[in-house]
Amino acid sequence: METSLVLKIAYAALSLFIAFNYGILLGATTYRIRARVQGRLGIRLYQPYLDIIKNNAKRTSISHGIMFYLGPIFRITGGVGTFLFIPMIYGSVVFSNFSFAGDVLLVLYFIFFGQLGMALGAGEGGHPYSAIGVSRGLAQMTAFEVPFTLAIIALAVQHNTLSITEIIAAQQGGILNWSLFTNPAATAAALIAFLGMNMGNPFSVVTAPQEIPIGPPVEYHSNYLGLLQTNRSIFNSAKLILFMNLFFGGATNLIVMIIKTFLIYMITVIIGVAFPRFRVEQSIRFFLVVPTLIGLVGLVIALW
Amino acid sequence: MSTDINKEDTQTQQESIRQVVEAMGEYPGAADASDPQLFCEARPKVEKPFRGVFEKFLNWARANSLWVLGFGTGCGAIELRPLMTSRFDASRFGVAGRPTPRQSSVFIIGGYASVKTLKRIVRSYEQMQNPKFVIALGSCTINGGMYWDSYNTINRIDQYIPVDVYITGCMPRPEAILAGFVKLQELIKAGRGEKANEYAEHFDWYKANQKKVIKDWDMPDYNW
Repeated sequence: METSLVLKIAYAALSLFIAFNYGILLGATTYRIRARVQGRLGIRLYQPYLDIIKNNAKRTSISHGIMFYLGPIFRITGGVGTFLFIPMIYGSVVFSNFSFAGDVLLVLYFIFFGQLGMALGAGEGGHPYSAIGVSRGLAQMTAFEVPFTLAIIALAVQHNTLSITEIIAAQQGGILNWSLFTNPAATAAALIAFLGMNMGNPFSVVTAPQEIPIGPPVEYHSNYLGLLQTNRSIFNSAKLILFMNLFFGGATNLIVMIIKTFLIYMITVIIGVAFPRFRVEQSIRFFLVVPTLIGLVGLVIALW
Repeated sequence: MSTDINKEDTQTQQESIRQVVEAMGEYPGAADASDPQLFCEARPKVEKPFRGVFEKFLNWARANSLWVLGFGTGCGAIELRPLMTSRFDASRFGVAGRPTPRQSSVFIIGGYASVKTLKRIVRSYEQMQNPKFVIALGSCTINGGMYWDSYNTINRIDQYIPVDVYITGCMPRPEAILAGFVKLQELIKAGRGEKANEYAEHFDWYKANQKKVIKDWDMPDYNW
């Protein structure tokens, strides 16, 4: 039975709401885990909500021009856009969002759309740290896009489809059907690219605390920053759900989704606390050699 | 003949250097106080708070999300490091550090403020967005402390920017600073954290005081 468009939009809004809250709670939980490792208690679980409310409740804000306004809007368009074309739960009418036959390509585009918009907006802020952050971010993005795209192409070739739903469908029926086991090289390449995408250590040179504080959004404040924080949680959930769908067999209900995405996120957290930061030329050289070669091996496995 | 060529060369060189210097003047990195695109031309305005339960809710959020500007203006800044690490862990109270004045809401004046630093304090304070709060740390900010007769430090910080909470001591320990944060939270929750509006209201008085001590005033009057 075809779902009507209005109902579909309502369902998408519901899954967007869940993804937003999940992203926020995931961020706070991770912060608390990291704090416990350091022997602290850490923030309260609802602290990110307070930060977003506070930033939106600031009474003044200044602008540096039209692109400065549009930067956060492009960013959240990228985040929401990415999310809206990824089926959140396989086989569910409510949580399938707007997935269609070629959604992998659109998602690939949307993941990078936000960063490009942000680069234009932050550039108009005029702060030198913004410019440094943007140039580093775009350089690193270009580098990790290569292994990520290779991994996606490998999956598309392997399953003979460009639809995320069909890629999940091909992985059903046992853990050994997951792309993790049918194409481990592609999974490894994509997960390394995922580290770069999340911009945690060792690829945190874009925002680089203590060096170029905050990075590109250094001039963003008040409700601009509120928008960026909202986007961060949505975009985080979207990326995690995408990786779960592509490589870890998707999820058939919310609980499985939460467990799987949490464990995938822990990969970046554990690597983040264990490794120091690469310089930008080191990270680019790394992305273009090791994960790219692994991605090529993945492609060969898929073509076999 | 050759000397003529050299002269011409020098002239062209000087000309190109002059062009480069002029071009650098147009570069946004070079601060030009007369450029309206870089600096705000309007005076700060009193931003009226909302009324009733809604403002109370917002104040509760503000009180529990205090982002401190990472600008150590004096020796007191050394006490802020153990505040964030595992022994005192200020993040329990919603306190976090921010390296940019645009995003932070609390400014800690960490002890003595020399006139040179005061200039930066004023600029950073004005770049913070309303509502913003100031904690003055140590006796130097209250009456000058051991620097009260120094030739290049100011004695009372609250003549130049409005202060919400004073923490006495030389130096106040992190426990005292935590107590100061709790006091600030109480003030904000009670709706008394409106010093940014006070600054806007008595703007001329504050500016006159600032200009009285800062002799090399080479910045715009309004920069937020």
